Amino acid sequence: MIKFLFKGLIRDRSRSLFPVLVVISGVMLTVLFYNWMNGALSDIIWSNAKFNTGHVKIMSRAYAEDSEQIPNDLAYVGIKSLLENLNKDYPDLSWTPRIRFGGLLDIPDEHGETRNQGPIAGMAVDLFSESSIEHDILNLKSALVMGHLPEKPGEILVSDEFFQRLNIQLGETATLISSTMYGSTATANFTVVGTIRFGLSAMDRGAMLADISDIQIALNMEDASGEILGFFNDFLYRNEKAEEIVTLFNTKYQESEDEFSPVMKTLRDQSGLAELLDMYAYVSGIMLFIFIPAMSIVLWNAGLIGSLRRYGEIGVRLAMGEDKGHIYRSMLAESLMIGLIGSLLGTAIGLAISYYLQVKGINIASMMKNSSMLMSNVMRAQITPTSFVIGFIPGLIATFLGTCISGIGIYKRQTSQLSKELEA
Amino acid sequence: MNQLILTLIVLIGTSVNAQTPSGDWILRKVDENITSENKIIVAEMIIQGRRGTRTIKSKSWIHGTDKSFTEYLSPAREKGTKMLKLGDQLWTYSPSSDRIIKISGHMLRQSVMGSDLSYEDMMEDPELHNLYDAKVVAEETFLEHKCWLLELIAKASDITYYSRKIWVDKEHYIALKENRYARSGKLLKITEVTEIMRTQNRWVAKRAVFKNVLKKGNGTEFVLESVDFNTYIPEYIFSKASLRK
Repeated sequence: MIKFLFKGLIRDRSRSLFPVLVVISGVMLTVLFYNWMNGALSDIIWSNAKFNTGHVKIMSRAYAEDSEQIPNDLAYVGIKSLLENLNKDYPDLSWTPRIRFGGLLDIPDEHGETRNQGPIAGMAVDLFSESSIEHDILNLKSALVMGHLPEKPGEILVSDEFFQRLNIQLGETATLISSTMYGSTATANFTVVGTIRFGLSAMDRGAMLADISDIQIALNMEDASGEILGFFNDFLYRNEKAEEIVTLFNTKYQESEDEFSPVMKTLRDQSGLAELLDMYAYVSGIMLFIFIPAMSIVLWNAGLIGSLRRYGEIGVRLAMGEDKGHIYRSMLAESLMIGLIGSLLGTAIGLAISYYLQVKGINIASMMKNSSMLMSNVMRAQITPTSFVIGFIPGLIATFLGTCISGIGIYKRQTSQLSKELEA
Repeated sequence: MNQLILTLIVLIGTSVNAQTPSGDWILRKVDENITSENKIIVAEMIIQGRRGTRTIKSKSWIHGTDKSFTEYLSPAREKGTKMLKLGDQLWTYSPSSDRIIKISGHMLRQSVMGSDLSYEDMMEDPELHNLYDAKVVAEETFLEHKCWLLELIAKASDITYYSRKIWVDKEHYIALKENRYARSGKLLKITEVTEIMRTQNRWVAKRAVFKNVLKKGNGTEFVLESVDFNTYIPEYIFSKASLRK
């Protein structure tokens, strides 16, 4: 029976080609849209995690209150012992201390006078220790534009844009002018050995990357850091697990009245990300909620039109004595076949385009020029297990339902009226 | 009879006004008390921050109102750091980087050595009568000293603090308390003198607490160890070359 119906569909293109094309288009758009939204959300989460929030972050309580201002004068002191305990107590996470700092990078001329100067957003990370995870997190090899990564103390990387703007040469000395943990003016000389581009406008305008030990010395922050970031070992953020860890950690210190005792926060609890992620989920949910039913209605309508167009054919089949139930069932089976073929092809095409966008992405740097959001300049799609099935909702179910409803008309046909209908 | 009462009121009013000098005159007296052609000051700055207290000792050579050179003597990390002010320009030298850096733009708003004082405060003309119009608004007692309360309004729009209130000791012509305000009226900084001393026929503040209201902490205390007025200072001190010496 199925083989018979399938042959019918293949041989009569008016019954198969157009409906299948409609289903393919609808399913492909659904898959693509879903993956695109997924990619944007993952990008926001990962960009913030790697440059700012980690999956969880530890700060001193006082620092956490004004963390957006990067108050290094309120940094946590005693990170060595804290890191030892963290590695022991939370083996599911990798921990890394960081110091973010602001200041000026001053490039001297041959007389030691200022030749060029510009504001920088500095980040000090563990570049040299063997257990460091920073090279993987920040993807430093890929981010390197010219020169080489720091190999010894005193070497730094600056963003390529900043490097070009200040007309710096590789190997030149640059003086960092910033503030120590105690508020004094700090000046320290570094050698610029390479340039980087992270692909985030907010970072690429004036980033400086240095080893944390150098910055600890420069800013008088021995055994201190502004932040300790924790990442799940597989680098995938799981909010529930993160909240569990945060509750466990903070319970230990809740009795302390010291404003410099540590406090842990999840990614969601920082930098207004909870609102952003909720808003994003809300908006994408609404969009998917509107898009999928809308696409379903289109496909449902296609099913309806297909069945109505076959009004005459059904009349002939009834006149020839075919059972109404049989005709109805055969139409449902046909719609399932069209829906299945369309969904499979639509999903395959949607996934193929999504994969291309996942690998290549679309460059939106021109739109992000003045943005301070930690969001990649290249927007990418992301394929998840749901991507493989999401298209079947409009593709298969809607087509089937459309035929179900339009097919009810079969039962309303009166055999006695058939001749008249066919003459008309 | 009515005319007699009216005459008495006018006379009494005239006599009170006659006893109260003008705000500008008081301000000039205050300025005269603190400025001299040359002076050398050794002082300590006790910074009471949220992490604890730090004491920074410095020696300053000051010529008039537009040249000054400061060398930090302790603690070890700050030792050898120098600052040079020439007119409206300021340079700092740090021995750790062996660089002379010009402090300009937004850096002027940064704190000096983590204190409640900003570079902008350092750069200010110490003779307030050049910057402000003053008027006496009240007479109050502050720390058992009878004071005139002066309200100062900036003469130009580029002055760091739009207005100030200063409590001037009637006897010694020294500002015992000072509030500095933004144009919006927001209080920004408070200075309170806690001890005064007489040296070389002048009354000067020996101890004062300077508080940036926008900053947490208990303020910065300045303790004057010694001051030599009108002493000889060689001209080379006020040169960029002396920063590296």
